[in-house]
Amino acid sequence: MKASKVILEALKREGVDTIFGFPGGQVIPLYDALYDSDIRHILVRHEQGAGHAADGYARASGKVGVCLATSGPGATNLVTAIANAYMDSIPMVAITGQVSRHLLGLDSFQEADITGITLPIVKHSYLVKDAETLPRIIREAFHIASTGRPGPVLIDVPVDVTKEDMEFDPAFIPAMDLPGYKTNLKGHPKQTKEAARLIAGAERPVIYAGGGIISAGASEELRNLAIYGHIPVTTTLTGKGGFPEDHELSMGMLGMHGTQYANYAISKADLIIAVGVRFDDRVTGNLATFAPEARFIHVDQDPAEIAKNVAVDVPIVGDAKKVLAALLVEVKNLDLSPDRHVAWMEQVETWKRDHPLVVRDSDDGEIMPEAAIAKIWEVTRGEAVVCTEVGQHQMWAAQHYLSRYPRRFITSGGLGTMGFGFPAAIGAQVACPGSLVLDIAGDGSFQMTLQELATAVQYNLPVKVCIINNQYLGMVRQWQELFWDKRYSNTCIECQPDFVKLADAYGAEGHRVARPDDLEEVLRLAFASEGPAIIDIRVKREANVFPMIPAGGSVHDMMEREP
Amino acid sequence: MKHALSVLVENKPGVLTRVSGLFARRGFNIDSLVVAETENPRVSRMTITVNEQDNPVEQVTKQLHKLINVLKITDLDPAGSVERELLLIKVKADAATRSDIMQIVEIFRAKIVDVAPEVLIVEMTGTREKVSALMELLAPFGVVELMRTGRIAMSRGKRAT
Repeated sequence: MKASKVILEALKREGVDTIFGFPGGQVIPLYDALYDSDIRHILVRHEQGAGHAADGYARASGKVGVCLATSGPGATNLVTAIANAYMDSIPMVAITGQVSRHLLGLDSFQEADITGITLPIVKHSYLVKDAETLPRIIREAFHIASTGRPGPVLIDVPVDVTKEDMEFDPAFIPAMDLPGYKTNLKGHPKQTKEAARLIAGAERPVIYAGGGIISAGASEELRNLAIYGHIPVTTTLTGKGGFPEDHELSMGMLGMHGTQYANYAISKADLIIAVGVRFDDRVTGNLATFAPEARFIHVDQDPAEIAKNVAVDVPIVGDAKKVLAALLVEVKNLDLSPDRHVAWMEQVETWKRDHPLVVRDSDDGEIMPEAAIAKIWEVTRGEAVVCTEVGQHQMWAAQHYLSRYPRRFITSGGLGTMGFGFPAAIGAQVACPGSLVLDIAGDGSFQMTLQELATAVQYNLPVKVCIINNQYLGMVRQWQELFWDKRYSNTCIECQPDFVKLADAYGAEGHRVARPDDLEEVLRLAFASEGPAIIDIRVKREANVFPMIPAGGSVHDMMEREP
Repeated sequence: MKHALSVLVENKPGVLTRVSGLFARRGFNIDSLVVAETENPRVSRMTITVNEQDNPVEQVTKQLHKLINVLKITDLDPAGSVERELLLIKVKADAATRSDIMQIVEIFRAKIVDVAPEVLIVEMTGTREKVSALMELLAPFGVVELMRTGRIAMSRGKRAT
């Protein structure tokens, strides 16, 4: 069998049914094998789109996303997407073509040292020098990508390798050769007991949960612990949906643009139960003033995350699902009284009542951006799969599109990649064919990857792009307004395509809405249609995202509303 | 304090780059790095010396462990290990200074391994401190060039490093 076909067979054995990719000279043998394979190939219009689509597919499905690109520029175009998956710990396998082995290192046509280039942004990578190793490498790549703390794995395959003839027995599963790779699933029982003891003794506990809840599939265990222990929960941006945000114990998102009550609760907590989080600077602000009164329990799959940014009292290395289940058992053994911290719960309720997230009324007949998000939530009853780009709209979406389920809010957290949302939504739509998939976008971000409209139309993936259009690179403009004396250097992008005509040009549906009264009808119309659509929502141009804790600040620096 | 991290890695292409790249991007500094095959040709040993003041050694170790090709890391305690470094130093030597140099070499139990009309090459193995002390004493004669291998270290007693 040709090695190119072996690659596809080995992928199928890993459960792959869809690949996002773009052909090129050094992957012609692979594409030739795809020609009569039952693996579905989604042809994107730029390799970055393939990477983000694989990422969105992985986030929506929980499976490993696979993208494919040719050597040189094809591979370098994947770099942003690989970095994005790495920062958010998303399981992904990226396969790149490479020049023939005898041309390696000679600056050959379309040669790029992609294993070298991606070294800091992959969990692991392979340059395949021998066709015989392909079945083992593919098995290892999927194992590494999807276990422990997930992440992207790159497999770089020289074209001459893919042309070789080799033996392949689908029934024979090659042994993995990973002596240095271990994952710790069960948390340490003594530490778990100690954590339970801290929980039982806490007067002001808070659960701070992140993307690790989603990747471990631990939301049920999280919910059980929170409800049993009566502990309020705040989630990070990537943890959204890990705990139902309409639950009375939910405090929404914390951090820079988090809710006031979540940040107040963190600042006054005496115990923080951190699960699947990494104490990112957008969450903590100034570390010296973050949760100054709290002791910390930190549950994470990755030992290197523990004590990286904050000193931890009880570290538990393990899979969040297993650790939380074990923790609940230990907590139940301690027989907590349900009203042991009534005063704290009352305090949290008071903060919620006094400092709610506000959907502002427009004063001049314009649509307020957060009102647009709230309306989208209302129209979709909070049931859509929401992807976002990066910027103001992302924060408004995080604040106002309350998530009830895991894997239904898909956003670029760590890397903050503009242009992520639309191709990710394409991937999510492939993973969830029957669901309404939205890309809540900014006009700036959408223009970075809008060429994927052709992909959405070609495969009839009915993604609805809701552009929160303020004709600004809004988040940078907001910082310029607040911290740079309103010097709007290069953030005004009034020159933009007519998005309705653009949709039309690609064969998608286009809508525009500028008045609050028309919004609901337009949304309903667009969401009900069968194909991809763009809804150009013209919003109040200089609206800002609040609350906001300036970078490196503390809860005391929080700006509640427009100054 | 200097820490010698003894790191067993798979002997595969690119592993050194993965390790050194990790140090660079996490802002850790390497004082010295020695890499060579072990008794098992599939495994190499890296002895990496880092300064505790500049590097959170625990974080360095944890990050290293995340590399798939890293098999084992031992943080060697100086008291519980034998450490050595090899020095080659080419020093100016004329009729007037040659015997003084030879005396120093003898005291340090070093060796003269090459003699030429105006220079000598001295070889020495020893601890870092001892190597540095010899360098200091030879410096006044005029050092043409010197090379140090960086430190290797092995734990004392029955247990393998």
